[in-house]
Amino acid sequence: MIKKGILLLLLAGFVVVISNLIINFSGSSELNPLARYYAENGPTEVGAANLVTAVVVTYRGFDTLGEVTILFIAAAIVGFFLKILNSNNNRTSSLRKPSEILETASTLLVPTIFMLGTYIFINGHLTPGGGFQGGAVIATGVMMIILARPTSEFNHKLLSILEAISGIGFVLMGVLGLILASGFLNNAFLPLGKLGNILSAGAIPIIYVFIGIKVGSELTSILNSLKENQNEV
Amino acid sequence: MSIILAIFLGLVILILAFAAIYHKNIKVAIIASGAVGLFASVLYLLLAAPDVALTEASIGSGLSTIIFFYVLNKIRQSND
Amino acid sequence: MTQYLSVEFIAMLTGFLLMVIGVWGIISQKNLLKIVIGFSLFDTGLNIVIVSLSYVKNSTAPILDKAVEVSDAASKIADPVPQALVLTSIVIGLGVTALMLAYVMRMFREKKSLEINSYNELKW
Repeated sequence: MIKKGILLLLLAGFVVVISNLIINFSGSSELNPLARYYAENGPTEVGAANLVTAVVVTYRGFDTLGEVTILFIAAAIVGFFLKILNSNNNRTSSLRKPSEILETASTLLVPTIFMLGTYIFINGHLTPGGGFQGGAVIATGVMMIILARPTSEFNHKLLSILEAISGIGFVLMGVLGLILASGFLNNAFLPLGKLGNILSAGAIPIIYVFIGIKVGSELTSILNSLKENQNEV
Repeated sequence: MSIILAIFLGLVILILAFAAIYHKNIKVAIIASGAVGLFASVLYLLLAAPDVALTEASIGSGLSTIIFFYVLNKIRQSND
Repeated sequence: MTQYLSVEFIAMLTGFLLMVIGVWGIISQKNLLKIVIGFSLFDTGLNIVIVSLSYVKNSTAPILDKAVEVSDAASKIADPVPQALVLTSIVIGLGVTALMLAYVMRMFREKKSLEINSYNELKW
């Protein structure tokens, strides 16, 4: 009982700390100077119609690089935690067979899902979406393959090669920006084009394709290491 | 109109969050926590953030629920 | 009083209460999977609070097209910077959740138990 009281006291402390934000809240009616700068100069400097993409890929490009790195480290540690126990690999076929409907539907749906994911990251500078969302959608398609064919093996070599190439490409684009334009991850070394066209915004579509492939392969390798652990008990 | 929708979404999110913490059946709890992400993505759309809404719908409610179920399945398998 | 009847305030209140529920789940639940669910609820709540701070009254999404011309963009759009940061935060949240779940699997294999009370090596 006394333990419960201490926990409630902790929670009350937490509420008091944050409640200041709630009580003194008055909504903002205009943009702050930083956002105003991005809104006014973003279209001419970066050329992307989607300003969130402009912020993610160019103005705050280092954040994205760090994020991709964190995701890579998380995937590596998940693989490490679960692989270390797989030394005596006696694969039991106790898995339940997938249903007929799932198997048939997956052959129809998986190419469509992959196409949707590719669409999302190629159009990242025009419509909502981008590398992270497209990569997650592609990982969902891979998930469907895993569910429909639980006995099939994954090609680890292909996954790691894809991830390495896209990671190197992402950094290479940044360095090209440093050499040919004004700074790391600057997209202006390719022609900016007309605002709203698919071939615009300089290097942003290329960078987003690399990010999409990298995030997709990283999430797939997380799912894959969880799946391989599934088969033997 | 959007205020009514926001209040409704907020109530649903809070009820689902309580279910996710307190429901006895762990499967229901995982589904409820995934549904919190799904309704939160509609709330993001009301707040003029479609990018965030797309991310939350695909990652927060899709992939993380799948990973939870993988782990739960694994734990159930080695239990019996 | 009027500022309390707006979409952004309601969203912020929801996110705040979601954070409180998440913290309560983390400190009060005994099941390891429930603790991980508490962490992910806390994550969602924090993201909702940050996005609600980025909302400007009567604004639209920060995407320039026919509805929002380049010339009057600054007076019509919501703040894009917090949205970009939350985008990052959601993806990292998935990585952290996967990491915690892998750790739960590993712990379960050692002791065959999901109760936090059976792991008392680090008890104080």
